[in-house]
Amino acid sequence: MDIGKDLVAASATPIVLAILSEGESYGYAIIKRVGELSRGELQWTDGMLYPLLHRLERRSYVEAVWGKSETGRRRKYYRLTTAGIEQLASQRRQWQIVDSAMRGIWFTAGDAAPQPG
Amino acid sequence: MNEGSLEERIGEWRNFLRRRQAVHGVDVDELEDHLRGQVADLSEAGLDDDEAFLVAVKRLGDLDSLSGEFAHEYSERLWKQLVLSPNGADDAASSASRDGIVAILLAVAAGAAIKIPELFGQHLGGAEPATSFYVRNVFLFVLPFLAGFFAWKRNLPPSNLLWLGAPFLTAALVMNGLPFQANSHTELLSALHLPIALWLTVGFAYVGGRWLQHEARMNFVRFSGEWFIYYVLIALGGGVLIGFTVFLFQAIGVDPEVWVGEWMVPCGTAGAVLVGAWLVESKQSVIENMAPVLTIVFTPLFAILLLFFVGTMIWTGNAIDIEREVLIGFDLLLVVVLGLLLYSISARDPVTPPGFFDRLRLALVVCALLVDVLALWAISARIMEFGISPNKVAALGENMILLVNLGWSAVLYTRFLAGRGSFHALERWQTGYVPVYFVWAWIVVAVFPILFGFR
Repeated sequence: MDIGKDLVAASATPIVLAILSEGESYGYAIIKRVGELSRGELQWTDGMLYPLLHRLERRSYVEAVWGKSETGRRRKYYRLTTAGIEQLASQRRQWQIVDSAMRGIWFTAGDAAPQPG
Repeated sequence: MNEGSLEERIGEWRNFLRRRQAVHGVDVDELEDHLRGQVADLSEAGLDDDEAFLVAVKRLGDLDSLSGEFAHEYSERLWKQLVLSPNGADDAASSASRDGIVAILLAVAAGAAIKIPELFGQHLGGAEPATSFYVRNVFLFVLPFLAGFFAWKRNLPPSNLLWLGAPFLTAALVMNGLPFQANSHTELLSALHLPIALWLTVGFAYVGGRWLQHEARMNFVRFSGEWFIYYVLIALGGGVLIGFTVFLFQAIGVDPEVWVGEWMVPCGTAGAVLVGAWLVESKQSVIENMAPVLTIVFTPLFAILLLFFVGTMIWTGNAIDIEREVLIGFDLLLVVVLGLLLYSISARDPVTPPGFFDRLRLALVVCALLVDVLALWAISARIMEFGISPNKVAALGENMILLVNLGWSAVLYTRFLAGRGSFHALERWQTGYVPVYFVWAWIVVAVFPILFGFR
């Protein structure tokens, strides 16, 4: 299924922050993790991840260090900062509000919504 | 596809990406790491290198939208910034800051030097002989520091220092040794031509003694244009600074007039010469050159002005009315036209085929020549009538020098447009002509006073 461009853009920040909350990571691994989490449904143009990571770095949500990959190449690793953890928590609350509002409307509308477990 | 050609393709891809202004080298490294990770995974899944590379590049996104995204994030990268002490490149940083320290020290020294004559009673803005002392010598207190800066920067060998020092020494002897009459025309002419003579001497230091080389001279021409623009900008800023100095101190009832008039203006004017030169030196290759940009704006405007002027003259049948100062005005017109020509030449890629702007420049030069010949026609009659004076001879000589330059430039330009000559010939003509200005300036400085009996 194709997910709308705006929705992909809006969800990118919380997804990247959440993935980094699992531990330090680098660009390609983050993209792979996004694929795993969405079972391949969420397709990003890979290159677009980097401007996003740099923006998060500039806002001090993440910090970056240059390290080495397994093959000895230079690789940039990103890790969440305290401000990033706070930002993730705030984003999470916002998404939960959106999520619960949607669940509410979808149940009353009696649409093909997933049954509560 | 073997390993070597994968590396080649990654190298090519890097180069394409590197050309995007918004994407810096470290970003390219990061994206390359991503690309390699993707290629490795795809190869493991059974694709050959060629396919893996193509798929990986496609997944990263096309270069335009990728660099667009970077530009969106890093808008400041689209503006070339003049960073005087770049962090990272240690060598460049330390040499840039060393240049800066030397330039500022020399600027302070020039600012101080301009006040030294006061210790010997030559008060600036004071009685008549002192003002005349300053008129004659002011450039000798500033330009040696600029020449010194470049001599230091270019590691000028000691044997060349002699060549550099001799003109300054000669100038000092001429300006102070010759028995100029008070307020004489020859004194003023010498003082006005001294900066041209000394500026070209500074050029000798600027090119590191390689003044016979065409490219070195062209570089000095470029430097001069940029320096002039920087100097004007610094002067504008200085004007604002002075305005606020006066405003603030007057607000508390202190009159800063003496401080402003005797210290800020003279010392600042002298020091700014060095600061401007240093800025041009350090921004070279970082920021677009301004002089060629200005020529693009003003070449069409001046061409239209001159076309309409010639048209109006023909239409109304009015001849040029000869006043005393009119010849100087036409000299200045030729200087402006020459400047427009010179700075568009200095920035033009010689191998580009002729285009619309080339025709426009030729039209500009031809119109200027036409106007000038008409003016000369009118003026020469006057000179015959009233006899010669140093001012007239100087103005006429300058007019001739510029006329010859622009006339031959027009011929070379026409040949180039007709496909019978190279643009390079025009460049060489211009840089080859620089010594003519130098010699003429020295003639007016040193020979005119003697020729005209110090009148």
